[in-house]
Amino acid sequence: MSPAAMTAPALEFRGVGHAYDGVPALTGIDLTVAPGEVLSLVGPSGCGKSTLLRLAAGLEPLSVGSIRIDGRLVSGGKVQVAPEDRRLGFVFQDIALFPHLTVAENVAFGLRRRAGPERRTTALAALDQLGLARFAEAYPHTLSGGQQQRVALARALAPDPKLMLLDEPFSGLDARLRDRLRDETLDLLKARGCAAVIVTHDPEEAMRMGDRLAVMSEGRIVQCGTPSELYRRPASAFVASFLGEVERFEGTVEGGEVATPLGSVPAPGLPHGSAAVVLIRPEGVVVEDAIVNGSARARVLDARLLGRTSLIRMAVDGIAAPLHSRMPGDLLPEPGALVSVRLDCRRAHVFALAEPELSDGAAAPRRSPELGRS
Amino acid sequence: MAEQGLFPGPETFERAGGALPARRHFRFDPWTIGPIALAALIALPVLAVLAQLFIPAGEVWSHLAETVLGRYVLNSLLLGAGVGSGTAFLGVTAAWLVTFYRFPGSRIWEWALLLPLTMPAYVIAYTYTGLLDYAGPVQTGLRDLFGWTREDYWLPPIRSMPGAVTMLVLVLYPYVYMLARAAFLSQSVCAIEASRTLGYGPWRTFARVTLPLARPGIIAGVSLALMETLNDFGTVSYFAVDTFTTGIYRAWFGMGEPVAAAQLGATLLIFVAALLLIERRSRGAARYHHTTGRYRSLPTRRLSGIAGLIAAAACLLPVTLGFLLPVALLAKWAVETWENVLDARFFMFAGNSFVLAAISAAVSVAVALVLAYAQRRRPDPLVSGAVRLGSMGYAIPGAVIAVGILLAFGAFDNAIDAWTRASFGFGTGLIVTGSIAGLVFAYVVRFLAIPVNAAEAGFARVTQSMDGAARTLGERPGGVLRRVHAPLLAGSALTAGLLVFVDVMKELPATLILRPFNFDTLAIRAYQMASDERLRDAAAPGLLIVLVGIVPVILLSRAIARSRPGQFGQ
Repeated sequence: MSPAAMTAPALEFRGVGHAYDGVPALTGIDLTVAPGEVLSLVGPSGCGKSTLLRLAAGLEPLSVGSIRIDGRLVSGGKVQVAPEDRRLGFVFQDIALFPHLTVAENVAFGLRRRAGPERRTTALAALDQLGLARFAEAYPHTLSGGQQQRVALARALAPDPKLMLLDEPFSGLDARLRDRLRDETLDLLKARGCAAVIVTHDPEEAMRMGDRLAVMSEGRIVQCGTPSELYRRPASAFVASFLGEVERFEGTVEGGEVATPLGSVPAPGLPHGSAAVVLIRPEGVVVEDAIVNGSARARVLDARLLGRTSLIRMAVDGIAAPLHSRMPGDLLPEPGALVSVRLDCRRAHVFALAEPELSDGAAAPRRSPELGRS
Repeated sequence: MAEQGLFPGPETFERAGGALPARRHFRFDPWTIGPIALAALIALPVLAVLAQLFIPAGEVWSHLAETVLGRYVLNSLLLGAGVGSGTAFLGVTAAWLVTFYRFPGSRIWEWALLLPLTMPAYVIAYTYTGLLDYAGPVQTGLRDLFGWTREDYWLPPIRSMPGAVTMLVLVLYPYVYMLARAAFLSQSVCAIEASRTLGYGPWRTFARVTLPLARPGIIAGVSLALMETLNDFGTVSYFAVDTFTTGIYRAWFGMGEPVAAAQLGATLLIFVAALLLIERRSRGAARYHHTTGRYRSLPTRRLSGIAGLIAAAACLLPVTLGFLLPVALLAKWAVETWENVLDARFFMFAGNSFVLAAISAAVSVAVALVLAYAQRRRPDPLVSGAVRLGSMGYAIPGAVIAVGILLAFGAFDNAIDAWTRASFGFGTGLIVTGSIAGLVFAYVVRFLAIPVNAAEAGFARVTQSMDGAARTLGERPGGVLRRVHAPLLAGSALTAGLLVFVDVMKELPATLILRPFNFDTLAIRAYQMASDERLRDAAAPGLLIVLVGIVPVILLSRAIARSRPGQFGQ
């Protein structure tokens, strides 16, 4: 392997666009996955993330741009490498085990270039790794959903691909099983140094699994970065509200600040007099038991302890909807109590209220300069 | 080439940001052209019949219209009304009993109720005539017992309209039974339990929830039974009940009037079209009802004592009259006549039947696999439209298909023959209409729907993701076909082939019209024996047809038992 190939990204999209029957599904996608890196591709359903994955696997012909795997051009121009020649693993949302083959035969399906006995031992080893050895001779339909998904994972991993593509692999499973399988999958990928792209519509799953996240909306990548970058410095109101609960206030920029019922928030870079939206996570809404002078007042509707934090619902004058705060520890004011509320401005995100707002990913966000960067 | 356009310049990027070039889906490739051409070929006989409507009606037609057309229409309507209500009553009652109750033998009735399906209507008609006519065991027995003579008693004549209705109901109710049972089984138990918790008793739940939910299935079953009724030739011609099929046969052979025969056929197609419309709509609605998720085994109530015996009797009656009794009689007569009947010619007829059935089954399964595969490769409305058109034949009476083939290929055959005669000095004969090619073609047209449905269901089990999984695991398209598609489809293709095989064995009207000179099958033999009033000699060929038909009924009943949603069937 040449040094150049060693540093080549495991997967690279450049200017990728795609349309179904003339309806654009993907536009101007630039994205790179480093060797051994796990990237989460996340966005609301219908944003094109699964299409992007299928393009990478060659299951869908590419119309615009280029795709390289391990530095080798696989789609682009007149090149269209068949899926079977891309040497990647793919885990499908609907599992897609072959019903006429046993579990071991399923896992050995992709090992046909190996010698007979080696095929079986490799398959059994892959099954063993996922704790499935005793199901080797069972047929898929006798297994539970979680076991089937493990078999699908073992099947994709058995040929030892350098790149794994996982299309909503855990969506059919219940919450507890999903957590366990996520961790197992991540451990396996990391142990093998296998680069991976995981498509999901669940932001928590994306943050939990991805070294980096690419947030998609309406066929574009709206922001790409580490989970903490995206959570702390979202590039748009869409990213901020997609990645977690937010409280939102609208106001006008005056003297570099937006006034909210809970105090003013700095609005750097926004012109005087323009409309702005302030988004803040519930942990940025600070509640204090004592009445602090100059702070806004709120009446507590209810307060619950949720493990390490407490969730407090309050009514504030000038805000129609109840306000939520998430405070660490055991602050549990009585319903009806008066408390002080202020905003932790470091945790607030201010965006221009330009186009029709996209709280549910309804409209395309403006592209910020760093978007193409990866 | 590979390096060209790798790093898209700004202009490419602009293009990507703007409108994308639409991928063209309308492609003229083999997978689109193939199914369309096949469907056109299969639709040709029907089109040939319909085209005759535009030929100015001749004298014969106006003569037919004045004399017999009214009778054909009236008889067809009467037959339809009788068979429709009879099959609906028998089929729904039987399906309801075996689905919701446990009673003596109920596990056996589940599949035994399908057995009359193996009995061709003309065979049961011959059998009951042999049983009930003047020289038959019933009347002879009555006369011996009471010392009566011909004038002393009266029995309703079996060879009549009510007799024909009874015969057809006895062999066609399984269609309603099958689809009604499938509809009952596929219902979510939650709907039934919800009704009970909302204060409806079991009877009102059945009337207000279960039956309405199953209605599309029941209507589809009745439409199938009525299509078979319109297709029937053997029973009505033997019972001298004049319908379109007998009229077509008579116009073609008796009067030598192909145009009149075709115009009768075209008129018949109006009835068929109405049925087809009803059936399609009901099927669509039936699918609509199957959406909800949770299924548990339906609650069954145990019927004991008198109630259980009545239920068992209600199931025993159609099975006995539609299968056990006629088979017993056929067996008895076959034993009595085997010395006359089981000669070398009998084995030749059987051989002809088997060869025809095997070739037709193989061809129709192959055509169906091509059509279904094309539909999968090209999810294009044009292709699926072609597939639908190609599998319409199950509704078209065999006599109409046969006449259509003679019309469409008669001129073609004669032209080829004349050309080879002129060019090479010898004639080819009638290569389609004068050989078994025409017969096989007619069977494929008539029965293609069976393997098409099976192949579609089979391919539906092979999800697109399975293809994707096989490809990403390093398998080439040919290998995917061999390692994934073929093993998953083999079972349903085999079952469908078997069903076609049996239907071809039973088929009478198209065989009668299209068979090459001196080429007889078991069905033809039974028909000829019965026409010569040698009913007992017709027993052996009839019995053989019935026995072969039992195999797919067993398969069918197993398929139904597995048909509950949520269960994995292979």
